[in-house]
Amino acid sequence: MDMNQYLSMFIDESNDHLQSLNEKMMELEENPEDISIVQVIFRSAHTLKGMAATMGFEDLASLTHQMENVLDLVRNNKLKMQDFIFDTLFKGLDALQSMVQDITQGGEGKEDVTSIVANLQAIVRGENPLASSAPAAASSAKTSGADNSLQLDEFQYSVLEQSIAEGHQVLYIEVAIREDCQLKAVRAYMVFDLLERFGEVVKSHPTVQDIEQEKFDRSFSLYYITQKDASELESMILNVSEIGSAKVIALDAESLRQMSQTGASEAAAAVEAPSAPAAVAPAPAASTEPAPKSAQSGDAPARKAAAPSRTIRVDIDRLDVLMNLFSELLIDRVRLEQLAGEIKRTELTETVEHMSRVSTDLQNIVLKLRMVPVDTVFNRFPRMVRDLAKSLNKKIDLVVLGAETELDRTVIDEIGDPLVHLLRNAVDHGVETTADRAAAGKSETGTVQLRAFHSGNHVFIEIEDDGYGVNREKVAAKAVKNGVVSAEEAKSLTDDEVAQLLFAPGFSTAEVISDISGRGVGLDVVKTKIESLGGTVLITSKFGQGTKFSVQLPLTLSIISAMLIKLGSEKYAIPLSSIVETGMIKRDQIRSLHGYTMIPYRDAHIPLLSLAKIFDVPDFDEAAEEETEIVVIRKGDRLAALTVEEFIGQNEIVIKNLGKYLPSIPGVAGATILGDGQVALIIDPNTFIK
Amino acid sequence: MGQDIKVIVFKLGEEEYGIEVDKVQTIERILPITRVPKTFAFVKGVINLRGVVIPVIDLRGRFGLPEAEFTEQSRIIIVAAEELEVGFIVDSANDVIDLNTDIIDSPPEVVGGIKAKYLDGVARISEERLLIMLNLSEVLNRNEIIQLESLEG
Repeated sequence: MDMNQYLSMFIDESNDHLQSLNEKMMELEENPEDISIVQVIFRSAHTLKGMAATMGFEDLASLTHQMENVLDLVRNNKLKMQDFIFDTLFKGLDALQSMVQDITQGGEGKEDVTSIVANLQAIVRGENPLASSAPAAASSAKTSGADNSLQLDEFQYSVLEQSIAEGHQVLYIEVAIREDCQLKAVRAYMVFDLLERFGEVVKSHPTVQDIEQEKFDRSFSLYYITQKDASELESMILNVSEIGSAKVIALDAESLRQMSQTGASEAAAAVEAPSAPAAVAPAPAASTEPAPKSAQSGDAPARKAAAPSRTIRVDIDRLDVLMNLFSELLIDRVRLEQLAGEIKRTELTETVEHMSRVSTDLQNIVLKLRMVPVDTVFNRFPRMVRDLAKSLNKKIDLVVLGAETELDRTVIDEIGDPLVHLLRNAVDHGVETTADRAAAGKSETGTVQLRAFHSGNHVFIEIEDDGYGVNREKVAAKAVKNGVVSAEEAKSLTDDEVAQLLFAPGFSTAEVISDISGRGVGLDVVKTKIESLGGTVLITSKFGQGTKFSVQLPLTLSIISAMLIKLGSEKYAIPLSSIVETGMIKRDQIRSLHGYTMIPYRDAHIPLLSLAKIFDVPDFDEAAEEETEIVVIRKGDRLAALTVEEFIGQNEIVIKNLGKYLPSIPGVAGATILGDGQVALIIDPNTFIK
Repeated sequence: MGQDIKVIVFKLGEEEYGIEVDKVQTIERILPITRVPKTFAFVKGVINLRGVVIPVIDLRGRFGLPEAEFTEQSRIIIVAAEELEVGFIVDSANDVIDLNTDIIDSPPEVVGGIKAKYLDGVARISEERLLIMLNLSEVLNRNEIIQLESLEG
């Protein structure tokens, strides 16, 4: 069978499972006694194992299997979670992650995991006396429990209980099909068909789906509610051809309770032969194996319900295509509106207006489709911080707030690395060692807060630690040493300005180069990256109390507010974010100073730049005009004015790139498609201010 | 034995040129072109092709031939190769032919004023009809252009 079509699904789902494994393990580390978390972990691991085995990734499957064995013991209270077990399991998760990574990149997902496997097996064998008998129990459970037993969940149990109370017959039925039967599934189906005519099957083992797909051995068992007599049913079932045997046992409330507590087959035996001590010994055996089965069938819907929303995965390229096609539609809409205006027929106008409204809604939805909660980036941080803190012997709490804040997918994809860098920085350089914290009178455990929130057209992500804070003297000294600023300049800087020096290229204040941060890659990389995303990053710090990095990001990379302007026959868009104001100047206000054209603006003079000259616009020259429109633009705290011919208006525009073929053009940030279908260039005013 | 390939035939001046059909996305009439400042002279600008912004180059300019006015016959051939999407402005494009790679001969030094390295070869379709096969990756090679520009600049 060709597995390729399932591969991407497998990769996505594996990543989901690994993520949830990581999260739950962290949770479990907080509450090692909470067996319900172990159950969730076990289920995830089990599913992962199943998927990996189906896809033929044997290493992945076998490692997961070993981890599952450990978890199984924990789950059954045969093993207590301890630090070394956590570490081994985390190592296992890392190995799994790198295997999945390898598969993602087209590899075989092979990796040498023998040492981890050996560790896991050692844990299962356990120096721990409690665990010594466990593997035997677990494996015997698998053989004895797997063949033929039924586990009722609470809901099914109460249904059966009620039926008994209401005077219905509740039967436990075991059917075995003759060994020479060729079409087991068909025979089984006939039995089910028969039963369903006279009552209701509450629960069967294996599940009906499995039986239909012939995924059962030779026999199956089920709970059944009916009005018919047990013996009558038995003979009816036996009448179906190729049925070897049928065992029908009527249950009362008492035997039902017993059966649901123990494994069904043992209990059935107990009902038939009351002497069998069904209660103690088989109980763990029976509950070991069916649990994941019932967990999968019974708990899966519950898990789905708990998820915030139902989702499907869509290739981001398709969203881009959707967006492109949609903007085409918008162009037609504008054309239609024009036509409707010319033709002046009420019906047409109304229809076009309706279409406009619908397409506006549609546009909002299309844009929202690209938004992803930052959680998709944040979710790997708790684990990372834990590992870092451990390796540095620090105690650190990572508090994540606002993980549900949404950002454009393209920003999300890019922001991960800078945030990792900042977090590593906070953990490594920000938070003090336990001893230093105690000496400074702080609590032993440091806190790193990771916050995300919306504000206006921006998303803010803040990373705040309660550690050392920026040491002004150290930073200034280092900056002077590295030639970032001169000694005099350093003195005149404010504390905040000194803090920003951390972003200067080649800066690293750590005296000891650790392998966590300070690998020679400074925070300047972070700053460059964030700025390339159209964002900014600032440090605020109080010495001795902590440091806060705030990253400001545009909501989306693909849509911005812009001012459209005209220069002769050409149209351009200037991002609103860099416009201070628009205005008019008279020719006699223009001065020439040191070879630059300047205009008075507020209390100062600012340079006046001719956009037409910069872009060699063929059919416009502001020199011919008595009065010229200007746009005052800003980069940081520096201003400049651009001359334009005419303002068209403010608009939300979709940013597109100019295609890979063209080398980057100074002053041009990209292109957008206007309502009339024409392409207009987006101006990058930053390049005009030097 | 050579392969049978399908080739789009277009004209620059009197010469006929060929591009393999699977490199060609679509052929459009001349669309409104937005001028892009401060770039190569032969880059005429960018067009909106169904929501995607695509640069178009004047193939005459690219090969150093004299530029010509657009006519009713002028076309933009959108090619996609080496992960690039580029539109070629040509004098006309109106034929698709089948040919066998066997009939493609290696090109002489210069054909119709175009350097041999931009060409894959010359296909002799009939006695009096020659088809010049373009070497797309060389035509789209930007490194060479950048060197060229820096020499000139």
